Amino acid sequence: MGNKLETIDVNLYYGDFHALKGISMFISENSVTALIGPSGCGKSTYLRLFNRMNDLIPNTRIEGQVLLDGEDIYQIKPSKIDHLRRNVGMVFQKPNPFPKSIFENVAYGLRVNGITDKSFIGAQVEKTLRQAVLWEEVKDKLKKSAFELSGGQQQRLCIARALAIEPSVILMDEPASSLDPISTGKIEDLIFELKNLYTIIVVTHNMQQAGRVSDYTGFFYLGNLIEFDKTKKIFTNPSKPETENYITGRFG
Amino acid sequence: MTHLQSELKSLKGDILEMWQLVVNQLNKGKEALTNFDRDLAEEVVENEKRVNSFELKIDRDCENIFALFQPVATDLRLVLASLKICNNLERIGDIACSVAEFVLDADTDFNKSILESTKILEMYGVANEMVADTLEAFDQEDTRLARTMFKRDKILDQIDQNALDRVEESIKNHPNQVRNSLLVMSMIRKLERVGDQSKNIAEEIIFYFEAKVVKHKKKKQKEGDE
Repeated sequence: MGNKLETIDVNLYYGDFHALKGISMFISENSVTALIGPSGCGKSTYLRLFNRMNDLIPNTRIEGQVLLDGEDIYQIKPSKIDHLRRNVGMVFQKPNPFPKSIFENVAYGLRVNGITDKSFIGAQVEKTLRQAVLWEEVKDKLKKSAFELSGGQQQRLCIARALAIEPSVILMDEPASSLDPISTGKIEDLIFELKNLYTIIVVTHNMQQAGRVSDYTGFFYLGNLIEFDKTKKIFTNPSKPETENYITGRFG
Repeated sequence: MTHLQSELKSLKGDILEMWQLVVNQLNKGKEALTNFDRDLAEEVVENEKRVNSFELKIDRDCENIFALFQPVATDLRLVLASLKICNNLERIGDIACSVAEFVLDADTDFNKSILESTKILEMYGVANEMVADTLEAFDQEDTRLARTMFKRDKILDQIDQNALDRVEESIKNHPNQVRNSLLVMSMIRKLERVGDQSKNIAEEIIFYFEAKVVKHKKKKQKEGDE
């Protein structure tokens, strides 16, 4: 597996606040990487590097390189940022479906990208709803409002929506933290399934979730990447005492 | 299948593979003794490494499953039982290896009448069947079969208890086979342990499938409560 994403000595400042301190890390293709750490440690900021969402926050300054397939995404032309965000999908903490039908939520990304072929859109909607393990539950009510779905179903719909435009990377920021345990389990199993097709980075407050879903884990603390290793290693024998203290609940 | 379920499935697969390997080790050891087949005995000694590496792998897999998935209920019992079963299988593997080494230590064929009077081949057969049947019990979720171990172990105990007198007789009757008689005595002492290990495994099988702890219980309670 090659490196899909890589950061080289990345520093990020929100005004005077030094939020990411010299982070170098790689993300393997078709793997799940979990980012863990206490609130404010920089893990969500790090995640948002990859679709340039930090750019939207005023007074943000970024140094270093962020590579996607070997290309520095902070050196691309502004006109190509849309293309980047098509390639790097994102799922947020709270399910945020559009106030549209279930079908249109998934079709939306295709339509705004100029696709009009109805049969293609129909096939793509079904394909991605199947990938998101939601198809069986919604196939008879595609025209109903997305808000009629449960929270867990809405989140899987948002995942289907992200998948519809065929990104190669999916960023997930606490994708299950507002869901009940059964829905959480479904999202986790889905993440495990999807890594065959996508490269996935998950930010999570839930350490056990990191253990269950990821191949690699990065532990962030106060803007530093304390440790990055295979998840099995991190959760059985971490190299750094800070990591051990955090995952055993001794601080943080 | 969930991620945890697929991990547990592969753990079960490894345990069964290790189990089959140990059964094969025992069967080959018995054949080596019966036919005084030194090549086969050497093969058993050589294969011991494979048994050990299964133990290391299964231990590591269980550690990872605990750390990454925090299994509960039946899943938890499977991982706990796997750890202990694996540990017992490794010891049975050691015994198979030791017995094969005793065969290699002999300088002549074992006199048939020593093998018969000490009942070592019968004992070896019962021990092997016990281990093979624990495998079957685990694979088929057959706790009734697992419970037969407690009674069958008595056969091994009986042969072990009589061994000293029988070996003493055979030394008197076959003065040219003193070394082999002593080796047979050592093998019997080892094989007696296979019965105890099989009982331990049976207890783990019952724990896994029925969530009952039967160890250190009285005989009736163990064999009963079906």
